[in-house]
Amino acid sequence: MRVDLTGAGATFPYPLYARWFNEYAQETNVRVNYQSIGSGGGIRQVLANTVDFGATDVPMSDADLERSRTPIIHVPMVLGAVGITYNLPEITRPLRLSGEVIAAVFLGTITRWNDPRLVALNPDATLPDRELLVVHRADGSGTSYIFSDYLTAVSAAWSAGPGRGREVLFPVGIGGKGNEGVAGQVKQMPGSLGYLEVVYARQNRLPVAHIQNRAGRFVSPMPYEVASAATSVVDAQSSAKDLRISLVNAPGPQSYPIASFTWLLIAPDAIGPRKTAQLVAFVRWALADQNNAASTLGYVALPGSLADIVLDRLEQATTTPPRP
Amino acid sequence: MQGLLWTAAVLAVLPLVAIVTHIVGSGFAALSTSLFFKSPAPAGVSGGGMANGIAGTLLLVAMASVIGLPLGIGAGLFLAERAGTRLARITRFVADVLSGLPSIVLGIVAWELIVRPSGQFSAIAGGVALGALMLPLVARATEEMVRLVPNALRESALALGYSQWRTSLTVVLRTALPGVLTAVLVALARVAGETAPLLFTALGNAYWSLNPTEPIAALPLQIFSYAQSPYDDQRAQAWAGAFLLLVLIAGLSLIARLVVRARQRLLRAGPSRTDAP
Amino acid sequence: MPETPADRAYRGYTTLSAIAIPALVCVLAVLIARAALPALAADSGVSVIGRTWDVGRGQFGLLPALVGTLTTSFFALCIAAPLGLGAAVVAAELAPRPLRAPLAFLLDLLAAIPSVVYGLWALAVVVPLLRTRVMPALADAFPNAALVAGPQYGPSMLAAVLVLAIMILPYISAVAREVLLAVPRTQRDAALALGATRWEMIRDAVLPYARTGLIGGVMLGLGRALGETMAVTMVIGNRHTLPTSLFEPGYTLSSLLANEFGEASAEGHVSALMAAACLLLGVTLLVNGLAQWLVWRTQHGRIGDHRGAD
Repeated sequence: MRVDLTGAGATFPYPLYARWFNEYAQETNVRVNYQSIGSGGGIRQVLANTVDFGATDVPMSDADLERSRTPIIHVPMVLGAVGITYNLPEITRPLRLSGEVIAAVFLGTITRWNDPRLVALNPDATLPDRELLVVHRADGSGTSYIFSDYLTAVSAAWSAGPGRGREVLFPVGIGGKGNEGVAGQVKQMPGSLGYLEVVYARQNRLPVAHIQNRAGRFVSPMPYEVASAATSVVDAQSSAKDLRISLVNAPGPQSYPIASFTWLLIAPDAIGPRKTAQLVAFVRWALADQNNAASTLGYVALPGSLADIVLDRLEQATTTPPRP
Repeated sequence: MQGLLWTAAVLAVLPLVAIVTHIVGSGFAALSTSLFFKSPAPAGVSGGGMANGIAGTLLLVAMASVIGLPLGIGAGLFLAERAGTRLARITRFVADVLSGLPSIVLGIVAWELIVRPSGQFSAIAGGVALGALMLPLVARATEEMVRLVPNALRESALALGYSQWRTSLTVVLRTALPGVLTAVLVALARVAGETAPLLFTALGNAYWSLNPTEPIAALPLQIFSYAQSPYDDQRAQAWAGAFLLLVLIAGLSLIARLVVRARQRLLRAGPSRTDAP
Repeated sequence: MPETPADRAYRGYTTLSAIAIPALVCVLAVLIARAALPALAADSGVSVIGRTWDVGRGQFGLLPALVGTLTTSFFALCIAAPLGLGAAVVAAELAPRPLRAPLAFLLDLLAAIPSVVYGLWALAVVVPLLRTRVMPALADAFPNAALVAGPQYGPSMLAAVLVLAIMILPYISAVAREVLLAVPRTQRDAALALGATRWEMIRDAVLPYARTGLIGGVMLGLGRALGETMAVTMVIGNRHTLPTSLFEPGYTLSSLLANEFGEASAEGHVSALMAAACLLLGVTLLVNGLAQWLVWRTQHGRIGDHRGAD
């Protein structure tokens, strides 16, 4: 079978990309082969020029970008959010959490559900005197990166301790493999709490906590709140030189604080103008998302204004004449 | 003391009863036609099946056999026919040690050898890892079986003017064939259920694929990921997959046992088995 | 008889096949050692006695996983060895003759169940049972024992110990049974002739004679436990700290590889995992080599004396 473009990388957007590429092939006859090998692999393959594009949930570091022989563009494709899910049969209303309290739970300083700090945030709920069992990821992941990026932004203790990364050294808890593993553990273990991509919580009807944002309001990771986070951050950083923008702890009263872009990585000079043009055309088609693939599958599409910014940036970066 | 020993025996068999009843109970309930004819539905969507995993496991075992059988049987013949040589002693010891090797190490080696250079996870890499796992099992079992063939038989064939290779392949190996077949079936049953060597080689695949250069699904990999899944449908399928795997393995061992029995009857009927004259 | 070209081809084929096995081991050892080599550098962050495994900071202490491997296997052996040996004595000596073969068959079947299926079962049956019944009961019964203290997650060292014990039990009893069956007639007859009962015969004549082989069988089980991957990965809880209690989640070398090797992208991380693989390989090969030798000694060495040359 003829393949026009090959790509590899992040697993989180894979179901969406698979559907996009499938529909795009039917509409335009341009075929794209995408292997979901993880964000780290996506970055590695782009640096090695073994693929036409990469995909990642974790922005490339400056050091990685410098290692590349040709410039690499980050193109935000869709939004993701990390939710805090829990298994507490005793409560019916959504749990409320703040950044400091989440950090304390994952640092192991809150060990029981009736800890005064949790009770203070949830005065109406009757929190049981029960052990709080922490579940985190056992494998390296973009989800862990976004979550630890958030904790680093909101908690001095976290920032001085475990810090941010794809692999994080959690002082407490058990590790589940993949978002599925975390969801599975939480679902089967009363008294547990874990973090995961919101899509997985939603599909499994697991409860998701409301989290206090920078404006002090408790918000849930619904599409509108996630999109608000993206718009407010991009508005505030409109002069940033690229779109490797962290969306955690976003300003704005509606913004959900643990959100992130997931990016395509394109190196125009490495793949030549023809393939670049094919990719740009695909991005334009995908961001328009006429078939609503993103929301059907539980992802949050980029709001229209943001999609325009992304396309403008992409046009600029790909039409600048190659350096002599 | 004897009472204690009997208690130990009962306690030892108890888990088997618990596991088998649980798998048969949960697994049988989750069997459906779509399990055999459909690939997995997207996570969270009900329905779908394990057709790609079943096909993948069969293909992987076939690829492993292509590597493991000719080499394993050849090595077994060597070990039996030239038992005293230094190479035979080394190979025998290494094969024994190798069969106790953690199988995940073979997966890592196949990754270094095939996945890394080719830049792609593939069914081939998985087949090679499983083939390497099979090799020592088949070699040692073949040796044992060939050694059981009376020396007199070999010598009469040679005396009748048969050449070396003909004697070995058409007389000795043929006589030992049921035993070798049994060993092969046991080895197949063993690799069919292996998961660890496939993690970094075959990788798994949500779609139907029989392309040897692409990642491929396998029943054990599907059981591994579904067992930890939050989706009820997938957990039910994990049990169905485990049931299929057990049926496959029990079937292979049963055939192996029948082969042994048929062979014993044959030997009893045939000329008496005396060792070297 | 002159050697024909076909004979030469046949000889070449079997010789090459025989060479393939040691060659495979050489390739294996060289590849893993080469990949682990960067871990020897002083600034690699890899340390066998390091207690911290923090990929983000480039610290790769292997001690928690190594200790996890050794302790889970040790405790599993404490459970499985007496049960496995007991079952073997019953299957080989005590049970009425018609029962022996079915008992042996059941134990063989237990050995044939794939690791991932044990894991599935343990995750669905053993872990919830531990969390809701066994762990609270143990913690109540021994309130001051550090070994059974701490949060009761379910997935834990204890879960790994139990599933490992169940898994290695049939290996131990299979080898032990063969060793017992290999004890020569003369040994038994002598004891019976002296007026021993059947049980005295087993206790005084068979077991002492088979001792070395039985120890070998137990060690073979230990080798299995040390390298066991999937079932352990599914129930141990995957946590990089030195465990102080059986209730705590932990890690083993093999489950570390299963979880992290596929995703490792940093060079340091990969070489640290390769070092873990080296360590795992070293420990299992050592135990297996010793076990094979012990079993071989009982089956061939001493018995050979009675049977005459093979």
